[in-house]
Amino acid sequence: MYKIVKKRELTNNIFLMDIEAPRVAKSANPGQFIIIKNDEKGERIPLTIADYDKEAGTVSIVFQTVGQGTKQLATFNEGDYVRDFVGPLGQPSEFIHENIEELKKKKLIFIAGGVGAAPVYPQVKWMKENGIDVDVIVGSRNKELLILEDEMRSVASNLYIATDDGSYGFNGRVTDCLKDLVENKGNKYDHAIVIGPMIMMKFMVALTKEMDIPTTVSLNPIMVDGTGMCGACRVTVGGQVKFACVDGPEFDGHLVDFDESMRRQALYKSEEGRAQLKIEEGSTHNHGGCGCGGEK
Amino acid sequence: MDMADRMKRTPVKEQEPKIRAKNFDEVCLGYEEEKAIQEANRCLTCKNPKCVEGCPVSVNIPGFISYVKEGKIEEAAKEIAKYSALPAVCGRVCPQENQCEGKCVLGIKGQAVAIGKLEKFVADWSRKNNVDLSQTEPKNNKKVAVVGSGPAGLTCAGDLAKKGYDVTIFEALHEAGGVLVYGIPEFRLPKDEVVKAEIENIKKLGVKIETNVIVGRTVTIDELIEDEKFEAVFIGSGAGLPKFMGIPGENANGVFSANEFLTRVNLMKAFKEEYHTPVKVGKKVAVVGGGNVAMDAARTALRLGAETHIVYRRGIDELPARAEEVHHAKEEGIIFDVLTNPNEILVDENGWVKGMKCVKMGLGEPDASGRRRPVEIEGSEFIMDVETVIMSLGTSPNPLISSTTEGLEINKWKCIVADETTGLTSREGVYAGGDAVTGAATVILAMGAGKNAAKAIDEYLKNK
Repeated sequence: MYKIVKKRELTNNIFLMDIEAPRVAKSANPGQFIIIKNDEKGERIPLTIADYDKEAGTVSIVFQTVGQGTKQLATFNEGDYVRDFVGPLGQPSEFIHENIEELKKKKLIFIAGGVGAAPVYPQVKWMKENGIDVDVIVGSRNKELLILEDEMRSVASNLYIATDDGSYGFNGRVTDCLKDLVENKGNKYDHAIVIGPMIMMKFMVALTKEMDIPTTVSLNPIMVDGTGMCGACRVTVGGQVKFACVDGPEFDGHLVDFDESMRRQALYKSEEGRAQLKIEEGSTHNHGGCGCGGEK
Repeated sequence: MDMADRMKRTPVKEQEPKIRAKNFDEVCLGYEEEKAIQEANRCLTCKNPKCVEGCPVSVNIPGFISYVKEGKIEEAAKEIAKYSALPAVCGRVCPQENQCEGKCVLGIKGQAVAIGKLEKFVADWSRKNNVDLSQTEPKNNKKVAVVGSGPAGLTCAGDLAKKGYDVTIFEALHEAGGVLVYGIPEFRLPKDEVVKAEIENIKKLGVKIETNVIVGRTVTIDELIEDEKFEAVFIGSGAGLPKFMGIPGENANGVFSANEFLTRVNLMKAFKEEYHTPVKVGKKVAVVGGGNVAMDAARTALRLGAETHIVYRRGIDELPARAEEVHHAKEEGIIFDVLTNPNEILVDENGWVKGMKCVKMGLGEPDASGRRRPVEIEGSEFIMDVETVIMSLGTSPNPLISSTTEGLEINKWKCIVADETTGLTSREGVYAGGDAVTGAATVILAMGAGKNAAKAIDEYLKNK
């Protein structure tokens, strides 16, 4: 059992939790993720590591309530326990193996969409701790949904906020913002790291390909075990089948087959919808029927 | 007992095929005490028992059977416990026809003694009657780490605990048991009743189990030795990496590895309404492969309501699965499409499986494995209209541990190189066994390896 030592609602339906998991905290690196299982009957849910405190033995996760599992998790409070919390999983970001002096010579930009700000944060924080200046774009639909702004500001050398409706910062999408920085402001970037919804990453890599900026993305496919034993998370990268949980989750964005990944992500859409309806409408959903949970 | 009776095995009760095809309850209902005693009485109590030679952990088979003959079931259980920590599991899933029962002298002229079913009976009886099997030697305060809680790790841990060691098992998943919990289905091996109970027995010996620890990620072997002061390590991490065919369409929605499919159903209990993990099977399912895992996947898909086909490239006689499993699968209505090999998965406009392009095979000359090599028959291509494809082509060891442990030698199949009798690896104090060393094999061979390694670790630490 793993104790929730802190819970904070960052914005509408996006929560941050610090979980007591000393072994995970001790080994965690930027770019890695964990799997959480709320209770005995719960699913295994993969979430990227948003921060970690090796001394306190805690790991931060940020999640948006999109389905049954995350909605249930949001009902847990400080002092409650989740049944399972395993990690760190996946490969750490490549840059942690690079020479710091070499990294300092490069101009990096991190681009986050929505909840993607959470996994981008520990990477930018790592850069700051190692004396590397990086730019960051955080995109959000509007000002209200923006998360971790202060945290990000404290570690990024330049933070650009882009809102779809122009309610805060740059008016437009993250792609428009990057275009503006490169084409109008004359910024040059040697590498982009993009984390966000699959569709946002797809459009972003199309743009960075045009701009000839090497780009790393962090994929979030369906996972079960997260240790490489099932292949549920398989993705095609450069024509090769890779397991995102062990080979990734970060890959060369210009080589990822996004259409396939987006399709695979939707595999259980109707099941998720049904599970969701059951929570929202309770017994009215099944009309007390056969209990088989609807058509297969 | 007259000769005719002596030659024929006492039948064991099973659920009717038509009924069991719709539920996940155990197929084999097992012997009642009276029937078990009747079957035990067929045993000739050979002076030079061949059956024991056939058992990878050398259970004193005539010894425990003699107790059953007298109705002393508790003594029988204690006799088995000297050799095996998982009798309720082994009695169910060992391929006895190739092991103990394959060597039984009665099998020459008649039917071998049902050793597996007797072991199952004794183990189930002792569980129901709370027989205490937790005797250990005095604690010696020496710490041993065991990586993986499958059959190899559990056996090694159990044996070491009996010798007084302070043993901790590290398990990557949230539940201990390895393939016993995620792979082998409920209807062959009940989880709560049998697997959990046997694991509890191992805990009663003083073994600690830490779940949610991935050795190679959460902690490394070197950290276990240097920081946490474990004096020896046993690696029993198995062979859990699934193989795919590499044919077009294999990433379509509706194509699973058998590992994913079985993990969803067995470990995550997707077949139960109150559990949250989903599983999806279409009306018609093809399971590609012919091993025990393929049979398990097919019989599971059938129980979820699908018309299920086994698609196998060799002939029915070449199926690597146990005869009993094939027999059960056929009884339940699994359709066998043998001498058939898929070469493409057809995908609809939404990315879902809509069929599988297959080719008919003939059998050529025997290959290196001694089995006749399947050869494509030209012009025999046809399309199977399936909605779900489960790939059951075997597994290989996960490189996570070998790639994060300095100086641990592996071979070209990524298996850990270990001494055959002791399990010692290229690193001092680090032992390995089971599928991590051999590649995918059987539960009992893994247990045998765990047992041998425990003996070797004990000798190593005594002399250290």
